[in-house]
Amino acid sequence: MLRFIFTRVSLIIPTFIGITLLAFFLIRLVPGDPIETLAGERGIDPARHEQLRKEYGFDQPILVQYGIYLSRVLQGDLGKSMITQEPVLNEFSSLFPATIELALCAILFALIIGLPAGIIAAIRRNSIFDHGVMGVSLAGYSMPIFWWGLILILLFSVQFDLTPVSGRIDVLYYIEPITGFLLIDTLLSDEVDAFWSAVQHLILPTIVLGTVPLAVIARMTRSAMLEVLGEDYIRTAKAKGLSRFRIVALHALRNALIPVVTVIGLQIGVLFTGAILTETIFSWPGVGKWLIDAIFRRDYPVLQGGALLLGVVVMSVNLLVDLAYGLINPRIRHTR
Amino acid sequence: MALVEIENLSVEFPTQGGIMRAVDGVSLKLEEGEVLGVVGESGSGKSVTMLALMGLIPFPGRVRADKLTFNGRDLLTISEKERRKLTGKDVAMIFQEPTTSLNPSFTVGFQLTETLRLHEGMDRKAAERRAIELLSQVGIPSPESRLSAYPHQLSGGMNQRVMIAMAIACNPKLLIADEPTTALDVTIQAQILDLLMNLQKERKMGLVMITHNMGVVADTAQRVMVMYAGQIMEERSAADLFASPQHPYTAALLAALPERSEGGRLATIPGVVPGLYDRPKGCLFSPRCAYATEHSRNVRPELRPWASGHIRCHYPLGDPNRNAAIHHDHPLKTEAAS
Ligand SMILES: Nc1ncnc2c1ncn2[C@@H]1O[C@H](COP(=O)(O)OP(=O)(O)OP(=O)(O)O)[C@@H](O)[C@H]1O
Ligand code: SF4
Ligand SMILES: [Mg+2]
Repeated sequence: MLRFIFTRVSLIIPTFIGITLLAFFLIRLVPGDPIETLAGERGIDPARHEQLRKEYGFDQPILVQYGIYLSRVLQGDLGKSMITQEPVLNEFSSLFPATIELALCAILFALIIGLPAGIIAAIRRNSIFDHGVMGVSLAGYSMPIFWWGLILILLFSVQFDLTPVSGRIDVLYYIEPITGFLLIDTLLSDEVDAFWSAVQHLILPTIVLGTVPLAVIARMTRSAMLEVLGEDYIRTAKAKGLSRFRIVALHALRNALIPVVTVIGLQIGVLFTGAILTETIFSWPGVGKWLIDAIFRRDYPVLQGGALLLGVVVMSVNLLVDLAYGLINPRIRHTR
Repeated sequence: MALVEIENLSVEFPTQGGIMRAVDGVSLKLEEGEVLGVVGESGSGKSVTMLALMGLIPFPGRVRADKLTFNGRDLLTISEKERRKLTGKDVAMIFQEPTTSLNPSFTVGFQLTETLRLHEGMDRKAAERRAIELLSQVGIPSPESRLSAYPHQLSGGMNQRVMIAMAIACNPKLLIADEPTTALDVTIQAQILDLLMNLQKERKMGLVMITHNMGVVADTAQRVMVMYAGQIMEERSAADLFASPQHPYTAALLAALPERSEGGRLATIPGVVPGLYDRPKGCLFSPRCAYATEHSRNVRPELRPWASGHIRCHYPLGDPNRNAAIHHDHPLKTEAAS
């Protein structure tokens, strides 16, 4: 296990360098001059333009720019937003809890529905329920997030007026951030109404963001479960006289979870991509929307820093998932 | 009262190509403490017969029987719940592949104590003490430290010992061993067989030994049941069966034993076990039998009492009028007449 952890952790370094390279160079491929964008429609005189280029280091050769960038990153300096002049790290950490709250809710939603649906579909193989789950999850998997979000808004917010259209909480409330998670902060500050408002604001984005992981988890759980239920050790469990529930929920599920956890790990990256779209649709004040805004403003430091930080987050979550995988799979845990 | 009574058991699996009859009219009585060998080529229905007795036929398999009792309990009408109280306690089963038969995600100790806690109502401590006892009874060295081992950390032979410990944990009246040594190294095979036979003698439990190795049967069984294509072909005491097989199929199986073959060459029976589409109308063995006649090809022989047991053949090898009967019924192959 130690060896396993060590190899997994040591992979972080090349991955990290890869992320910085991508964050740095891809953004430079975007057409358009950031200084001109900054100046807006009024334009800018050439002297001031040149001065700003120097200030931001755009006049240096690109490799030197990267070198400077990397050494600053390693010192924890991700630069300042060109628009707000706030350090990128501060903006990120004040917006990140909103994204995490949404992503956690989405993955919980996907797990709470996807796992049981997949398990029951596997047990009742070829039943109407099974075909239903498989059909719906195929549809969910192929659903374009933008379209799906707009449909839900039209239906639940516009047509039935059940849920708010956008935002994280009603503007009536101001909640001092403690943890940054509104569901927790509202309760901590004893604002029950605000809590319900936050819940209502969460419903649609959660569904939109959770749909793809839900579909993937349901399908994966079903197929893993089907495979496991045909294994010899399930026959042994039956021969011991164990109840059906114990066989499915303990002996089969424990093994079926191994591939499911892997898939969840792979979904984390997808989840953050989805978060960017979802936050844009629902004006959710998280890092996804922040990044999209930065693209339109050509806010290089924000884009670079944000992409880098998101990359690091995805990388760490994947690492955690891998370690969890080692924990539930004794065959990995014991290989030296 | 016999420990097990089976009358006219059949097991069918619906498949895409039609209904697959895996077990066809099997009748069997087993006394307490008896050792029964079940032999036959691959696919002859040995496992499925015993799985039906265990109540482990997977969906959508269908089990039918005129009678199916264990220890006086009618298994055909018993509730699912009552049945589970029997399985794993009074009747237990071990399988061919010990390593895949144990759950890879749980320790040996967990899997062993699980049975004890379920059927004997032991608490964790008591179950663990008993598990250590059991592991040492099945010849596992330093059993305390094995409790926390996972199956992939043990050898195949060790895993089979764990399976055996699990099976005998609740002192079953009947243990079904489905080819318990086939997947193991030759040297380990003998050890496992010895272990099983010793446990059987100590505990006087009934033992069904499924195998396609006649040698294993000769070493272990008191009575032998020879199966072919889902049917019993011959059933009698082991001593009689080895001394003078009565069914041509039994004789052919014995001839295939290495020590009986001439010049060290292994005799095999030409042809294959009939499948779903080529099941003969008459005797199931007739396409491969050296003594087949027009009659046996068209009329299925019944399982009938013969000598010290039962046989399903028109012309048992020990029948004095055999040659005349075969002649009369038009032999299909010339060697049969000679
Ligand atoms: N779940 C199932 N579905 C369909 N057919 C099955 C199923 N289980 C067994 N069979 C068929 O029933 C027949 C008898 O199988 P069985 O496993 O009893 O043979 P066996 O005598 O134990 O052979 P082996 O020596 O290979 O273990 C085989 O032809 C097999 O294909
Ligand atoms: S009935 Fe005929 S074909 Fe069948 S086993 Fe006997 S001799 Fe052979
Ligand atoms: Mg078998």
